[in-house]
Amino acid sequence: MNVNDAIVESMVRARIGFVTSVPCKQLAGVIERVDKATGFRHVPCNKEDEGIGLCAGAWLAGTRPCIIMQNTAVGVVINALVTLTQYYRFPLPMLISYRGEVGERINCQVEMAVHTKALLSQLSVPTYHFHRPDDVGELDGILAHTFVARKPVAILTDASFWKGSA
Amino acid sequence: MIRSELLKSILPVIRDELVVCNIGLPSQELYMLEDRPANFYMLGTMGLCSSIGLGLALNQKAKVIAIDGDGSVLTNLGTLPTIANNVADNFILLIVDNGSYGSTGDQPTYAGLKTSLTKVAEACGCDNVIECRAEETAEVLRNALASNRMTVIVAKCASGNVPVPVIELDPAVIAHRFRDEVARRKA
Repeated sequence: MNVNDAIVESMVRARIGFVTSVPCKQLAGVIERVDKATGFRHVPCNKEDEGIGLCAGAWLAGTRPCIIMQNTAVGVVINALVTLTQYYRFPLPMLISYRGEVGERINCQVEMAVHTKALLSQLSVPTYHFHRPDDVGELDGILAHTFVARKPVAILTDASFWKGSA
Repeated sequence: MIRSELLKSILPVIRDELVVCNIGLPSQELYMLEDRPANFYMLGTMGLCSSIGLGLALNQKAKVIAIDGDGSVLTNLGTLPTIANNVADNFILLIVDNGSYGSTGDQPTYAGLKTSLTKVAEACGCDNVIECRAEETAEVLRNALASNRMTVIVAKCASGNVPVPVIELDPAVIAHRFRDEVARRKA
């Protein structure tokens, strides 16, 4: 199965009802599917910390949220993650395209790639890393775990993972 | 009229509604004036009050008032296009515009100088934007609630603060009792 469809089906099974996103080339397919899927409300945001706020509001409303963003955004959202999501004990799956790794063609993307895991580790964010399309099979368990943990959880996704999408 | 007086004047109007309140003195003032489970106090994260309010309004039916400030809206200006393009008719954004960063010592904001948040909100596509004097806020807010239409209110008030207590509530308690209130309204 196409990884984009598999991700959306996993989100449905996890009873996620609200998704916000900032685009990335690698994420284009999954964002398009989320936008078309019934059962989700997809609200694109202008900056990822704004998205963290929207997701906090959704959770307060009793709806399970999810944010889709690029790893460069890890640098953007630190204050919101720490003083809102973590401080108030909100669950938040973060599906993150891991730009700047092997296969990257844009030099500048490497600069945030080298800090991504260190930042997430410093923030004690549980972090999972998908390398191959088959790794999407882990997503059901990770999403369920996120709502048990009531923490932000990062799912980093390599270029090689998205090769299974179309 | 300063912000604390404005908040006091709107208490009878917001008493039955879900309220998301901005970081710092606004939350501390509201907490001091009338604490209740349907108040969500922001203890950190400047700028995200309107985003939390919109996310809340889009995902359930009860009315939501986000009490924000001019400085915080300037911090997260991207929120206004998102609000304009994702209409929630149960959502009211009340921007208490005193032209200053009250919680940090009343330093001037650009909203107190050349920038009009009313015009910014309109340019972003928000349909019902009302600018009013602080003294008119309660009435404007009451009418906005009755209209059942998403409304952005820019209430122009004087800069100034009153002594307030620190909010002693644990953040998890604030969130938990607020979610219970939302669930109770859904039932």
